[in-house]
Amino acid sequence: MVQLALPKNSRIGKGRHYPAPQGASRVKTFRIYRYDPEGTENPRWDTYDVDVGACGPMLLDVLIHIKNTVDPTLTFRRSCREGVCGSCAMNIGGRNTLACTHGWEDAPGAEIQVSPLPSQPVVKDLVPDLTLFYAQYASIEPWLHTETPEPQTEWKQSIEDRSKLDGLYECILCACCSTSCPSYWWNGEKYLGPATLLHAYRWLIDSRDEAAGARLDALEDPFKLYRCHTIMNCAQVCPKGLNPAKAIAEIKKLMVERVV
Amino acid sequence: MTAASGRFRTPLSRARGLGAAKHGVGHFIAERVSGMVLIPLSIWAAFAGLKLAAGGYAMAVEWLAQPLNAVLLSLFIVAGFTHLRLAIQVVVEDYVYGFVSKSSLLILNYLVCVLGAALGVFAILKVALLGAF
Ligand code: SF4
Ligand code: SF4
Ligand code: FES
Repeated sequence: MVQLALPKNSRIGKGRHYPAPQGASRVKTFRIYRYDPEGTENPRWDTYDVDVGACGPMLLDVLIHIKNTVDPTLTFRRSCREGVCGSCAMNIGGRNTLACTHGWEDAPGAEIQVSPLPSQPVVKDLVPDLTLFYAQYASIEPWLHTETPEPQTEWKQSIEDRSKLDGLYECILCACCSTSCPSYWWNGEKYLGPATLLHAYRWLIDSRDEAAGARLDALEDPFKLYRCHTIMNCAQVCPKGLNPAKAIAEIKKLMVERVV
Repeated sequence: MTAASGRFRTPLSRARGLGAAKHGVGHFIAERVSGMVLIPLSIWAAFAGLKLAAGGYAMAVEWLAQPLNAVLLSLFIVAGFTHLRLAIQVVVEDYVYGFVSKSSLLILNYLVCVLGAALGVFAILKVALLGAF
């Protein structure tokens, strides 16, 4: 059956407290998940009283500030710092989002809680292991499939057909959606999850692609596709404002269309 | 499931698993169609229930003996159990892991729903065709 409590070695204990420096102008407390799977200790919540007057407005600014001035062992992932690479996705105040585009002032609570994306193994602290997530993305073969000999110039596409990819191609594979999806929590090994299915739909409706039938064949499965119950968490959290639930509903429509 | 084990499986092999079962759309359509059919039938059944509750036993027997009522009520029972079976199947698939426990529950679900529908339709036919004893 579904596991409702955390296994013993994943229970989160109370960690260290880092007080604010003397003379801090404005203090806010952050409760941050710390875990090193290579060590012997259980995960813990460390609390940091941060001088937010000394750092930028985004949660990522706070994390960088902590790492630079308070605790260099804090581990997190980031690259672009402008919502393009998807690497800083984490759970902030109970909501999956990008640390670099999410202002810490928008997070609820007297203490702002920060933890890694749910339901994935933890590499360290705020860094989740997304190996399976990426492999699921690879499994839908996210590239153009054609058999017609390649044209002399490019594969042509009308402006109208190109616009069908809007709202899909912008996905940065941050995994906020998939790791917020209860179906993905319970059946993450077999259900492909919203991010991968959004991409599957992106290739299904690409007017240049010639493999729609084979793509649908590979998706028609009680688990790979039909675990989506339109709970809509995915669309709520997507930091790029995309709607994976709608893309999944469109795939289900295509499935029906080819049998009736 | 042998294909799921093995420490050195690549992530892609894990993600692909045993491949697509190539079914699911039938379940999807049946669940929606039975759901849609149930909307008018449930409203009708609720009104009928209220009416019958006000009348006595003899009136209920007489009501059920009318062909239209017997047919609609049979449809309601069949559509209801069909929908129930499909919905419970989803719940089991969502939350129960392990091949043996999952398949046993799916079979049990199937049998209980078929039995429920069969008993319901039999009772209706008996009253409609033979009257109450
Ligand atoms: S759909 Fe949105 S939340 Fe999901 S991976 Fe893409 S960008 Fe991230
Ligand atoms: S709509 Fe589907 S994919 Fe999105 S959160 Fe719900 S079950 Fe998951
Ligand atoms: S650092 Fe690239 S999306 Fe946040």
